[in-house]
Amino acid sequence: MTVLFGIFLLTLLVVVAIGIVRTKNLFTAVMLTGIFSLLMAANFFVLDAADVALTEAAVGAGISTVLLLGGLALVPGRERNRRRLHGLALGIVSLITLMVVYATFEKPRLGDPSAPVHQHVAPWYLEQTPILVDIPNVVTAVLGTFRGYDTLGEVIVVFTAGIGVLFLLGLPGAIGSRKTEEVQPGNSYLGHHLIPQIVGTLLIPFILLFALYVQFHGEYGPGGGFQAGAIFAAGMILYSLIAGEREALQVITPRVLIGLMASGALLFGGVGVVSMLLGGNFLDYNVLADNPVAGQQWGILIIELGVGITVTGVLLAVYHAFAARGR
Amino acid sequence: MMLLSTLLLLSGSAFVLIGGIGVLRMPNLYTRLHAASLTDTLGTLLILAGIIVQAGFTLAAIKLAAIALFLMLTGPTATYALANAALLSGTMPDARRLDLPPK
Repeated sequence: MTVLFGIFLLTLLVVVAIGIVRTKNLFTAVMLTGIFSLLMAANFFVLDAADVALTEAAVGAGISTVLLLGGLALVPGRERNRRRLHGLALGIVSLITLMVVYATFEKPRLGDPSAPVHQHVAPWYLEQTPILVDIPNVVTAVLGTFRGYDTLGEVIVVFTAGIGVLFLLGLPGAIGSRKTEEVQPGNSYLGHHLIPQIVGTLLIPFILLFALYVQFHGEYGPGGGFQAGAIFAAGMILYSLIAGEREALQVITPRVLIGLMASGALLFGGVGVVSMLLGGNFLDYNVLADNPVAGQQWGILIIELGVGITVTGVLLAVYHAFAARGR
Repeated sequence: MMLLSTLLLLSGSAFVLIGGIGVLRMPNLYTRLHAASLTDTLGTLLILAGIIVQAGFTLAAIKLAAIALFLMLTGPTATYALANAALLSGTMPDARRLDLPPK
C-alpha cells in the first residue's frame, strides 16, 4: 500500500515539475512550487518522517510560497522569451540524468534493513536516546543534541540569509532610510473582503497557539523550532494581510524583528558557551543540570527556543522587506 | 460501525470524484469553482466523518473533528476569496451558458 501511495505521489511530483518548467506565467510557477512542496510533504509522511513532513509543509508549501509571491510583486509576471533549445546544454543534462539513474541501480531497496543508512549510527541513536536523553522523539534528540553543531550551523545559515535579504531590500524603520510611517497603512490585500477578514481574525490566535504547541511539544511529537518559527511567522503574515502592512509592523516593530533574528542564534550559541563555562564541551548539555539526562532535556528545550526565535524573526523580516517595498 | 464508516468514506470519495470531474468538464472559472468547492467541503467532511467513526471515542477523533472544523471555516473562505479576486480582476460570469434570456 505504501509503495502504491509512493508511486502515485512521485508521478504527481514529476507532472508538477514538468509543469513548473513549461509554464511561462510566473504566478502559475509559484503556485505549482507550493503544490510540489505539499506533495513532497505527503511523500515524507508516507515514509513515516513526520518531522520532515511538517517542516516541508510549513516552510516549503506555506512560507516559501508567500515569500515568492512577495518577490513576484516586484517583477513582471511573465517569463521572458526563452532561447532556442541549446544542443550542448541538452546533451549535458541528458548525460547527468542518465548517470543519476544509473547510480540508483546501486541503491538498496526501500526499507531494506541491511541498508548502510540503517547500519551506521541510526541504531545507536535509537538505542541511546532513551538512556541519555529520555525523550520519545528521537528526531529531536538527534537534531538538538547528537547533531547539535549541525543545527547551530543551520540556524546561522538562516540568520545569514535574513541579513542578506535585509541588506539588499532594507527594512523600514530599521535598515535603510525609510521609516515605518512611510509604509502604506490599512489593508491593501483584503480591504474589501469581509469574509476572509473575519475568518482570518478568528484563526490567527489558534495559529499562534499551535506554533507554541509545536515549539514546546517537539520532544514528544513531531515539531520543533524550525516548524514552530514558520507557523508563527505565517500567523503574523496573515495578520499583516488582514490589518495592513504598517499595522503589522507596529505589533512587532522592525527593531524587535532584528533583535529576534540575532537573539535566537545568540541563545543557541550561549547555551554552548555556558556548558563550556560549567566544565563541559561546547553544546554538551550534560553539565546544565544536576543529572546529565535533565541537563540534556533543558539544553534541547532552550536551543529549540533559540531556533524558533531566529526562524520567526528572519521569516517575518524577509516578508516585511518584500511587502513594504512592493507598494 | 464498519458499515457506517464504509458508507461515509465511499460517499465522501464519490463527492471528491464528482468534484474532480466537474473541475475538468465545467466551462468557466465560476462553474469550476462550484465543482471544486464540493471537494473542499462535503467530500472532505464525509471522509473525515468516516475516519472519526473508525477511531471511536479517542484523542484521534477529537483531532480529526478539529481538522474538520478548520476545513469547514477555511475551505469556503478560500473559495469565496478566489471567486472575489477573479471578479475584481475582471473575469465576468458567462451568462450565455446559463440559458438565460439575453438582455
